[in-house]
Amino acid sequence: MKLRVRFQKLGKVRWISHRDIARCVERAVRRGKLPVAYSEGFSPRPRIAFGLALPTGAESLAEYLDVDFGVNEVDAAAVGSALSAGLPVGIDVTATAPVPTGAVSLQEGVVACRWELGVFGEPMPDDWFAQSAARLLAADELVVTRERKGQMVSDDLRPNITALSAEARPDGTPILAVELSTYPRGIRPADLGHALELPVTRLDVRRTHQWIAPDGARTEPLMLDETSYPCPNLPPNTHQPPGDAVVARTA
Amino acid sequence: MKHEATLWSRVEALLANVQKPARYIGCEDGALTPTYGPETVSWLLVYPDTYEVGLPNQGLQILYELLNEAADTAAERSYAPWTDMEEQMRAHGVPLFSLETHRAAADFDVLAFNLSAELVYTNVLNCIDLAGVAVRAADRADDDLFVCAGGHCTFNPEPLADFVDFFVIGDGEEVVAEITESLRASRGEARAERLRALGRVPGVYVPSLYDVVYDGSRIASVAPRFADVPARVDKRTIADLGAWPYPKQQLVPLTEVVHDRLNVEVFRGCTRGCRFCQAGMITRPVRERPAAQVRTMVSEGLKRTGYDEVSLTSLSSADYSGIKEVVGEIIDDPECSGSAGGGAGQISVSLPSLRVDAFTVGIAGEIQKARRTGLTFAPEAGTWRMRQVINKLITEEDLYASVDAAFSQGWRRVKLYFLIGLPTETDEDVLGIAELARRCAAIGRGHTKAATVVASVGGFVPKPQTPFQWFGQVRSEELQRRIWLLKDEFKKIKGAQLKWHDPKATLAEGLASRGDRRMGAVIEEVWRQGGVFQEWSECFSLDRWLTAMENHGLSPDDHVFRHRQREEILPWSHIGAGLHEDFLWDDWQDALAEYGLPDCRWTPCYDCGACTEFGIEHVVASNVPPAGGSQGTGQDLSRGGDVPVTLLATRAGVSQ
Repeated sequence: MKLRVRFQKLGKVRWISHRDIARCVERAVRRGKLPVAYSEGFSPRPRIAFGLALPTGAESLAEYLDVDFGVNEVDAAAVGSALSAGLPVGIDVTATAPVPTGAVSLQEGVVACRWELGVFGEPMPDDWFAQSAARLLAADELVVTRERKGQMVSDDLRPNITALSAEARPDGTPILAVELSTYPRGIRPADLGHALELPVTRLDVRRTHQWIAPDGARTEPLMLDETSYPCPNLPPNTHQPPGDAVVARTA
Repeated sequence: MKHEATLWSRVEALLANVQKPARYIGCEDGALTPTYGPETVSWLLVYPDTYEVGLPNQGLQILYELLNEAADTAAERSYAPWTDMEEQMRAHGVPLFSLETHRAAADFDVLAFNLSAELVYTNVLNCIDLAGVAVRAADRADDDLFVCAGGHCTFNPEPLADFVDFFVIGDGEEVVAEITESLRASRGEARAERLRALGRVPGVYVPSLYDVVYDGSRIASVAPRFADVPARVDKRTIADLGAWPYPKQQLVPLTEVVHDRLNVEVFRGCTRGCRFCQAGMITRPVRERPAAQVRTMVSEGLKRTGYDEVSLTSLSSADYSGIKEVVGEIIDDPECSGSAGGGAGQISVSLPSLRVDAFTVGIAGEIQKARRTGLTFAPEAGTWRMRQVINKLITEEDLYASVDAAFSQGWRRVKLYFLIGLPTETDEDVLGIAELARRCAAIGRGHTKAATVVASVGGFVPKPQTPFQWFGQVRSEELQRRIWLLKDEFKKIKGAQLKWHDPKATLAEGLASRGDRRMGAVIEEVWRQGGVFQEWSECFSLDRWLTAMENHGLSPDDHVFRHRQREEILPWSHIGAGLHEDFLWDDWQDALAEYGLPDCRWTPCYDCGACTEFGIEHVVASNVPPAGGSQGTGQDLSRGGDVPVTLLATRAGVSQ
């Protein structure tokens, strides 16, 4: 059987890379003695498929991976709890559920992500968030030039922005909530820094949702609802998902 | 601890601008979060190289746990920030910080450096400076922290004597607690008094308590300034490794590091007697960890960390008594297997510093059932004559039999380590490396078309406290000539490659290794000119070193290239590694006479001094020499240079 695992990445550990996460998960699988299937060949590896890479430095409430247990049947709740226990502080499993056969792969299925952009350091003026949202939404195009594989390329970010608004986190931190589609070309939230005229070091990025649309209707690969496994190991300050996550899943 | 504030938010604000930000966050599994009270003595343990290189260091991790276990003592860690991070830190006024609680380094009582290699010396100065502390010990005030250093390089502490308040010589397990208590007891006293008290702790060397008088380029005398200061500081040695099962919670990094696996030290010390090897000389006697404890540390460690690889570390792990049984038990232990599914998730065991014999290859075969890509041997020299000089007594027969065994058991690449610039070395010895590689490649082709032999050549740096401490290092130009000689020869060899280290870096290492106190000014100037991370080729420049030498009236001829005399006072003569000077000198003379000296574990004692001087003994589970005999143990050395023609003829067909 295959299990889909939803996890979050919060705090200092946001600075480890996607590859680092993969290694941590492999170690957590071994620590938990989970009966995963291994790849064939010279150097067998546990069969784990990771979703869209999260930029190093970003937090997330909605990361995913699929673990293949081959012929073994496992208890989804127990796997979630064992994985969480073996993962670094700040990385916690928030839901697990069997993956139905024929489900779209995590890499291919995601059509859009919701991001929260806060600002590190000196607080911005009160109306900066609302004004920035209005300015970006009103723009016909948002061209940024950046280096990719040694070449300078220009991209218009505007078509990727499907929603943008000034909001606040439950603790009152002001943020820009932005939804970026993964088509025609995936853009990184840091690219918005150029459009916002903020240096990359000041962007406090957090992914809150990854959206898939298997039948046209929008949903998450694994929603935080009663079919998922609520993880008991969360640190107190992150135990409750932000309110907007609940809104999103019932919408 | 003077301040409680964490620098985390200021550190975090820099991370989006640097490569590998995970170097600076801590959060490893096994990391401890100390608590601080008014009486706490706090240590910041610094490895003066990158996080990836420093994190796995076992010495630092052992002290980290011991200090945090002790009452009212705290220890955190730090590593040298890479140049991009340093630039950010200096631009934004962020000082060197700890990884656990991200506190400023200057808030600790002790800044303790691990010195495992000489080329990091400029990084030590850089870290002290980044901490916001005066770089020169003489410029520090009463309430400044103390800078200390331990590790193998402290067996010649003099090049760093101007910058380090006190050095710890030898094993650190016991002495760190004594230092902590000395610092606690002397709190509030003047700095000079506190240093004087530290100087009374056995194994602690306080350079400011000694006067060095020079006679031209040489040393006239080194004398303690006070009656209660020892004339010679002897190393500390723990008698029983079994009493110190550390680290108990090896750190598991979140990002990739070197040696990213579980490490269990199976013994400390080595009596093989390789004359070039400082580690083997200064860590005597041999102290084995009991087999049952090794097994427990391995199985508990694998379970806790989730690693699928364990390295049984020591200076020559195949010499561990009953190595075959221990390895077999680890592989067969279901507790060690990572997967409940069985089969997959096999644990791999690695043995660093493999001995060169068929027995050892057999063990390697047992532990590496899959992934047989490369196997590494260190013959160190290309001819039997040269190997007798350096006392690495690998016979030609053992050498080729090992290589044959490796290829026949499925390995496709054999890596061979060599030193050049060894005492008495001739072009014939240098070309012997090529001849040896040619034969190995031919043996390999007898087994597989894919066989490759990689010979890696490093320039020899004579090290303090070894029989070669008197030897004048070979000049860089000459080393380069010998490398070119080899390069030309390797072009003619099918299936063998040559790799070499930059002879310029070898010279800089020589300056730092055997320099006296005057080398401090050179190290400081190299650092001030921006010369950090000198062991990284992209950062290294020999010109900085040579210019600094010239500016301070010092010559590499005097300090590196010159053969030293027996009656000379060496810069490290007042540091005791336990070895009698007579023993070292006689061993040096034996080397020149091409006379090999078998391992004293299984042959009569040579009275080197390491056991007798300290009232301790080798701690080994078995007095029986390793099966098959090798490296001079139970062998007829008069036939050591005989090339096994049958092996070469039958396997290779042609030996070219």
